[in-house]
Amino acid sequence: MAVVSSPKLQARRERSRPVQERATAKRSRRRTEQLVVNAILLVITLVFLVPLAWLLLASVNGTADLRVRMPDPVTFDNFHRVLNSDITYRPILNGLILCGGATALCVVCAVLAAYPLSRYESRYKRPFLLTILFTTGLPITAVMVPVYAMYVQVNLIDTMYGTILFLGSSALPFAIWLTKNFMDGVPLVLEEAAWTDGASSLQTLRRVVLPLMWPGLTVVTIFTFLSMWGNFFVPFFLLLSPDQLPASVSILNFFSSRGTVDYGQLAAFSLLYSAPVVVLYAVMSKVLGGSSALGGALKG
Amino acid sequence: MTATYGPGAGTVPRPPGTLSTTARTRRTLVRGLPVVPSVVLMLLFLAGPIAYCVYYAFTDMRLTGASTTHFVGFDNFTKAFGDSNFRNAVMLTLMFTVLSSIIGQNVLGLFLAALMRSASRPVRSAVSTVVVISWVLPEVVAAYLLYAFFRREGELNAILHVLHLPQQNWLFTLPIVAVSLANVWRGTAFSMLVYSAALQEIPAEITEAAEVDGAGRWKRLWHITLPMIRRSIGTNLMLNTLQTLSVFGLIFVMTRGGPGNRSETLPLYMYEQAFQDSLIGYGTAVALMLLMVGALFSVLYLRLLRTEV
Repeated sequence: MAVVSSPKLQARRERSRPVQERATAKRSRRRTEQLVVNAILLVITLVFLVPLAWLLLASVNGTADLRVRMPDPVTFDNFHRVLNSDITYRPILNGLILCGGATALCVVCAVLAAYPLSRYESRYKRPFLLTILFTTGLPITAVMVPVYAMYVQVNLIDTMYGTILFLGSSALPFAIWLTKNFMDGVPLVLEEAAWTDGASSLQTLRRVVLPLMWPGLTVVTIFTFLSMWGNFFVPFFLLLSPDQLPASVSILNFFSSRGTVDYGQLAAFSLLYSAPVVVLYAVMSKVLGGSSALGGALKG
Repeated sequence: MTATYGPGAGTVPRPPGTLSTTARTRRTLVRGLPVVPSVVLMLLFLAGPIAYCVYYAFTDMRLTGASTTHFVGFDNFTKAFGDSNFRNAVMLTLMFTVLSSIIGQNVLGLFLAALMRSASRPVRSAVSTVVVISWVLPEVVAAYLLYAFFRREGELNAILHVLHLPQQNWLFTLPIVAVSLANVWRGTAFSMLVYSAALQEIPAEITEAAEVDGAGRWKRLWHITLPMIRRSIGTNLMLNTLQTLSVFGLIFVMTRGGPGNRSETLPLYMYEQAFQDSLIGYGTAVALMLLMVGALFSVLYLRLLRTEV
């Protein structure tokens, strides 16, 4: 375009050349920089995308193998095959009972514990919080062998409620920590009013504090549920009967019980099992206002 | 009761002597009541097993015939350090942690977070969506996806074939590298989110001032960006390491610790000893060592956060 511009314009451009040139040089450098950055990021995204693409494509492929390829033929057969009580419904239901029960237990206890920790001063508070934070760092995998031995002795092994109790308790330290941080953000003024009106502290918690911190409570609940839904080793160690296993463990059957692995069905099942996670995560980051806010919150 | 639940009693300092010692103790007890369910659960199901762990580690407990459990002192530990399989597991755990968490997730996460700042908006949201989805998928699903990716007939070799690069059976020749890369795929999002938040907090004026003073890209990164986010780096490294130390499902599904024991990190070694060979006592001793390493990192993490509690 610049080539066909009029001589007059050309002359003016010549005069202001140094300033303009520097500005355009800077602008074009910015633009090339952005291009390069975009290109690098897109390549990394593609690498990250390959396994996800396999999941999506293989699930609707009638002849799926380990390659990422266009479905041939496109079919929902894989889904039809896995959507029955043995493969999908029962494990998903078991997962819901297990994770739902443990989440409820954990969140109720965490809210109760967070209230005094957030509202009162006490000399036990700091050591307690430090212990809680310390516990969040411990590798729970390491405790599983003694938990197993303990559960065998007290007859809790292979029971749903036993597993719920352990799942809920092991998630408690982090849930208390997170809930307390969210509760700290609720101003005291309204509670003081409720107190003067003679409300007890549990009433205040239920009527004043919880309604004000529902976004935080949603995040704690979803986060706790998600970490349990994806948890493999706790049910793997503590549950033995096949009809009690949640989806995170029953998925192993795709390999052991049949000689050849049907990758299409494996992909379809994985998709069904993962779908709630992606949805709940989207809800959670919406509540928090962007995913980077989640990073900040999780950091503590 | 009104004295017990006085408005804002915790935040407004009360003049000393308004309450007698017994009244104050009672007040602390009543206020602490809601903490009790959590404390009971954590004592029973977390502190209990840890105490058990310490006890079992010094016994020869087995899964079969629990009545013959004896106290054996430090036998399990001497046995472990004399066992080449245990030393192998320690080395592999170190490799796995350094490769996947300290180098992989941490550096890639920072790199992505830094680049995303100067990327265009659609690219930025594409990157974060894809990386975050890899992170939120359940562990077992992630493990199967990467198993498919690294298999001999998998997509990685197909890509290498197109690029005319040498192919190999990754899960057989380099199993620990394959599971480490799998952990990078799965865990980078966390570092990316932490660093994105940290980079946003650096005031733009500081970077601009350095740019005007003629500091190049690398100088700015080294002298300004990194020192300003060093707390986040510390926190992130610590959390990543703790998380990576306890990875079990990912490796179990991808390689079962094999071939042989060439990807058998400590959690898998512990599992094999305790359940396959039913040596609960010995497996617990390994667990205790793992727990102690975790505790050490956890204390370091607390010191980093010290001012924030």
